Amino acid sequence: MLLIRCPYCGDRPEVEFHCGGEAHIARPGAPAEMDDKAWAEFLYYRTNPKGIQAERWLHGHGCGRWFNVRRDTITDRIEATYEMGTPAPEASSETTSV
Amino acid sequence: MRRFSLASLLKEAASGHQGWERQWRNPEPKKAYDVIIVGGGGHGLATAYYLASVHGVTNVAVIEKGWIGGGNTGRNTTIVRSNYLFDESAGLYEHAMKLWEGLSQELNYNVMFSQRGVLMLAHNHHDVISFKRHVYANRLNGIDNEWLTPEECKEFCPPLTLDPSIRYPVWGGALQRRGGTARHDAVAWGYARGADARGVDIIQNCEVTGLRRHADGSVCGVETSRGFIGANRVGVVAAGHTSVVMDRFGLRMPLESFPLQALVSEPVKPVFPCVVMSNAVHAYISQSDKGELVIGAGTDQYVSYSQQGGIQIVNHTLDAICELFPQFTRMRMLRSWGGIVDVTPDRSPIIGKTPIPGLFVNCGWGTGGFKATPGSGHVFAHTLATGEPHEINAPFSLDRFRTGNLIDEAAAAAVAH
Repeated sequence: MLLIRCPYCGDRPEVEFHCGGEAHIARPGAPAEMDDKAWAEFLYYRTNPKGIQAERWLHGHGCGRWFNVRRDTITDRIEATYEMGTPAPEASSETTSV
Repeated sequence: MRRFSLASLLKEAASGHQGWERQWRNPEPKKAYDVIIVGGGGHGLATAYYLASVHGVTNVAVIEKGWIGGGNTGRNTTIVRSNYLFDESAGLYEHAMKLWEGLSQELNYNVMFSQRGVLMLAHNHHDVISFKRHVYANRLNGIDNEWLTPEECKEFCPPLTLDPSIRYPVWGGALQRRGGTARHDAVAWGYARGADARGVDIIQNCEVTGLRRHADGSVCGVETSRGFIGANRVGVVAAGHTSVVMDRFGLRMPLESFPLQALVSEPVKPVFPCVVMSNAVHAYISQSDKGELVIGAGTDQYVSYSQQGGIQIVNHTLDAICELFPQFTRMRMLRSWGGIVDVTPDRSPIIGKTPIPGLFVNCGWGTGGFKATPGSGHVFAHTLATGEPHEINAPFSLDRFRTGNLIDEAAAAAVAH
């Protein structure tokens, strides 16, 4: 089980949280101008990286707030957590990726 | 290939079993093949076998990063059934079921296919209505499935408790009698042996690192850790690592990879006669021929390639098992493990073309691909041999995520499966 540092509540066990999937996917600003391919990309296509992923988490059984997590999908190690609306922090030097 | 028979068994028994030959070769890769299959699990090996046996395409290589059957093929809970709700899924999984029923004879290899029955338990009013709908839909598609009362469930599976005081009592169940289990390793080995005997090269410990394309954009081969290997048709069957391989080829996929866990108990005498599944409380259990209880747990909620899941996922399943089968509360669990499964947005697989001419993909089997192994290989072999999908896998195109023509088994089962 992961130990996740909620930016508002501190370290809490994973069972208090819900993972909301890949982060930083912006909803299209001009939906009427998008074709089906672009919609499919937005709705369904994901990076699914073997390495560092930014993802959204909800502290549902805590403060009830969403935030972002940078996690290594090979080791499951959490590198950073940061508030919604802030850009992803720079990767640390010891991260793995393939 | 030397056939297994009573005569060959007696001959080898008399000579101390020293004369058995290797079941497949370990060849050096050739410069080029007609078809390259990336991924030597059950689906990839079945594809190679049917390319050779059905379509006569024998100049084929199966390229595997590790060893054959070492991924999810050797990690699943070996359940086989075909009672899916939607017509497209029913067609695909029933196609596989019919191949399962003759597979040991066809391969001359005992895959230990045991049609002991798969019982899906209902625990509430919604389950009852939903499962009866499945039963009727399955029968319209010519697939056996029947509704059992709680008492009939208990008769079919005596370890089950009908205690009305448990948190989620049994309200009945849907039984597919033709469902059951098979030996997962033997499926990979049987297909590998059959493919090898027909001329397919199985190349292990060889990682695909990139794709080489002709000037017109079509496939001309793959870069590997053992050099370039040419082929005008490439099929990617890499399960949880499909999007990793496709990323090297410059393609994004509608996939996410999650750890899925399973575990086995200490071996005991035969106590469990069938397969029982419960989507509502999340329990999957059967007993292997070695005597271990084989238990399937769920996926973690986050993308991971770590091949180990959270302990709370396993505990959740064991809670349900102990409540439904109180006699197992004192059993000890021996081993648990995780496999990386690739899940699509609609929980149905993708079998067909990609935007790159000559590149095909068979992926997205999520948490339930083992049962489809023969059918998946059969239709994917057709797709690779002819360049066009078989009518059974045509609905499972990658393009359905653009057209919106999804096959939403996630909604049908309310659980990944």
